[in-house]
Amino acid sequence: MPAELGSVVLALAFLTMVLAAGAALLGRKGDERWLTGSRRAVYGACALLTLCVVLIEIAFASNDFSYKIVQEHSSIETPSFYKLAAMWSSQEGSLLLWSWVLSIASSLALWATRDKLREIVPYATAVMAGVASFFTGLMLFAGGVNPFATLSPAPPDGIGLNPLLQHPSMMIHPPMLYSGYVALTIPFAFAIGALVTRRLDAAWIRATRRFALIAWAFLGLGLMLGARWSYTELGWGGYWAWDPVENAALMPWLVCTAFLHSVMVQEKRGMLKVWNACLIVATFSLALLGTFLVRSGVLQSIHAFGENTVGPYILGLIAVVVLGSTALIVSRLDDLRSEKRIDSLFSREAVFVVNNLLLVALTATIFWGTFFPLISELFTGTKSSLAAPWFDRYTTPLAILLVLFTGIGPLLAWRRVSWATARRAFVVPAASAAVVALALGIFTDAASKPWALALFAFAAFSLVGLGQEFWRGAAARRSLTGEAMPAALVGIVSRNRRRYGGYVVHAGVAVLLIGIAASSSFQTKRDVDLRPGQSATIDGRTVTYERVTATVTPLAFTAGAAVRVSDGGSSFILHPTRRFYRPTGGAPSTETISNYFAGESDSDIGLKAGAGSDFWTALQPDITGVQRHARAADAGFRACVTGRPGTPPQCRAVAGMMRAALGNPSLRPTALAQIERLQMATAKQIAQGYVAEGAPATFRVIVNPLVTWIWIGGLIALAGALIALWPARRARRVPAADTELEALKEAKYREIRDAELDHAAGKLSDEDYALLDAELRKEAVEILDRV
Amino acid sequence: MDPQRKRKIRLGVALGVAVLLAAALVYTSFTASAESKEPSQLVGAAPGTSYDMNAEVVKGSIRHHGEGLSFRVTDREGRGPTLPVTYRGTIPDPFRGGREIVLTGQVEHGVFVGEPDTLVTKCPSKFTTSNAS
Repeated sequence: MPAELGSVVLALAFLTMVLAAGAALLGRKGDERWLTGSRRAVYGACALLTLCVVLIEIAFASNDFSYKIVQEHSSIETPSFYKLAAMWSSQEGSLLLWSWVLSIASSLALWATRDKLREIVPYATAVMAGVASFFTGLMLFAGGVNPFATLSPAPPDGIGLNPLLQHPSMMIHPPMLYSGYVALTIPFAFAIGALVTRRLDAAWIRATRRFALIAWAFLGLGLMLGARWSYTELGWGGYWAWDPVENAALMPWLVCTAFLHSVMVQEKRGMLKVWNACLIVATFSLALLGTFLVRSGVLQSIHAFGENTVGPYILGLIAVVVLGSTALIVSRLDDLRSEKRIDSLFSREAVFVVNNLLLVALTATIFWGTFFPLISELFTGTKSSLAAPWFDRYTTPLAILLVLFTGIGPLLAWRRVSWATARRAFVVPAASAAVVALALGIFTDAASKPWALALFAFAAFSLVGLGQEFWRGAAARRSLTGEAMPAALVGIVSRNRRRYGGYVVHAGVAVLLIGIAASSSFQTKRDVDLRPGQSATIDGRTVTYERVTATVTPLAFTAGAAVRVSDGGSSFILHPTRRFYRPTGGAPSTETISNYFAGESDSDIGLKAGAGSDFWTALQPDITGVQRHARAADAGFRACVTGRPGTPPQCRAVAGMMRAALGNPSLRPTALAQIERLQMATAKQIAQGYVAEGAPATFRVIVNPLVTWIWIGGLIALAGALIALWPARRARRVPAADTELEALKEAKYREIRDAELDHAAGKLSDEDYALLDAELRKEAVEILDRV
Repeated sequence: MDPQRKRKIRLGVALGVAVLLAAALVYTSFTASAESKEPSQLVGAAPGTSYDMNAEVVKGSIRHHGEGLSFRVTDREGRGPTLPVTYRGTIPDPFRGGREIVLTGQVEHGVFVGEPDTLVTKCPSKFTTSNAS
């Protein structure tokens, strides 16, 4: 019954979203009743989709295997936490998550703009509700992806969740990425609204910038979690493989980064309007493309979700979005003309243009590489694919230039900077970069990898430049207020959250890129075969296979090793293990000991993380002996069950019970349970045998310098995004009609304050400041005249 | 020089650089890529050419010896002839019989010899009992 209820609720949510889109379009001339109605319909659909999610989660929590989705992705033994998270390991659950998160984001966006942007909101609502109807409709009509599909009769147990996916970061990673993809719908919808109504000033950007930043942060966090999972869970030791699905998540993130920068140029200078419109369309299309790639299986990926039911529909949506938006932008080119021109190449906006070109070039390169199999099939008839070295060749120089510009941008002021002022700002960072390059070149072997050395030098430039910015800002504030330095620092950051939050993100990216450059260029990787007691020397450290361990549970056979790593003085012990899971869902009578080695297996790596370098090791045990013993024992048990000769002595009694069960079937369960107990005991003996035998094992050992910097850099960037997102003290509410001019006035005041700060911090010379201040005040007076 | 002309020159230079870079990108992508083939297309292939093989591992065919690994593969869903494979290097956790893999390598004397550390196993999105028999 609840499943049918769920289908009805889902259908209602779909209808409500369609109604919301329709009502919004009817209200486009500003009819308050239609507009309020459409907004409330979006809120309503959000509530209905929430109910759908709750129903599915209840089914998971209560092991209701009459739901197909529960039966296929959960089981009685699945741990509770993973039961709740198993929803999005399925295609239908992912679609439900997409729709649900979109309905939440749309509701928030509509609530935030409830008395703003009168003309744009109806169209934006129509776009958001349209996309949401598409995804809810997909679940209802595409076939095979309704989360409320049932099985009759309900099976007693489910198939379970793949043990490889049972990892905390794997459970948070997909919803993070989806939330990122989905939040991008909001700025896209408002951009379309602005294009349709020709209201192409920065109002739509101010209203949705926060959503773009949230999407950016979610996508970034999703990427980081995926990398971390790959590093610690996959027994491979890498965190990035240029796999199509990874690329699909990276591309919208890169374009979104470009968008977040270039919209500032439109906000402050009224330039780059066409570019911004194109960027947001590209970002949203790439987000849809990511969803499509994950779900369609057109490209060979390690993420082979491969059920090809919704792919064509999403492709259709992408085509509509790209063609429709392009036509719209072309038809509005006259309204998208820049209000101003770039004054000087020595200005922040000029650097933003360069950074945008770099980010877009990076995205285009990754796009080409990712879709190359399709491109080559088109031209040569054969599918050819590009491997990591090709990607590295192009992305490395682009990343190095990017890190340089994360340092240059913050050092320059808007509009123009005199050569003398620029020189003053650049002296310390440039000197630091030179010192770092020299020191690394002389004292380490960094010079053998010129690309990495260049990246370290540029990252030093950028980090020192950012530090200088904080210092100068705080010093300027101290001289005004007389506060102590730490208080002045807090004060300057909390009053200019966007600016300094952005700087913190830049610092995080620089730290992250240092980690990537160091770990990819100076990694030592070796596979060594060791027997217990033997040692090998790797990167100056002695690695000794000290002890063999093995444990068996009904779920898994775990082979482990205690490995001592010593570098002369200190030493530590790591415990890498490899776990072999029995496939779940089989009947007890067919379970064999060999089955442990027919299912999934995963590694628990031994990892000693450090600020300097990570010592990483994974174990590949030689289990041929174990398998041989398991096969022999299984043959014995088969004889036992069938009553044929060859029964091992310890199960003669059970064989007797089995023979008796032939006559009296009620004895069979007891006999089978007895066999299972004996099987477990035998499996334990085999495990002990493995320990005693001292079988050789292959250890993959990686000494990975500065990997920790990647995770720390990611956290710093996230903290920066949070600083930038943190809401400023609530401004006085103003009557609805004035909000747009009021916002414009606020923005101009902020620009005047920014210029003041830049001047006080020595980033603008007296002459430049006088000129700029006069310009800004004139623009402010023009706005005040309109108010 | 008048600003209009300066802008045009700048735009021209930028576009020229972009076109050159794009050409390099396209050229190297065609030379650096490896053709994707399925085992049935590789039986009897000439040695000396590197391929990306998309294949399915035959259940029960995996043998470890020391650091090396040998197994047999077929086309996806078990179709087509089987091809023996040897490989050394990292073995991803999800690797096992019945799973789809991508491996770069060459065919030598009827055996597909994989390049070290190029074995990619597709990430399973869920368990299926049919694989467990």
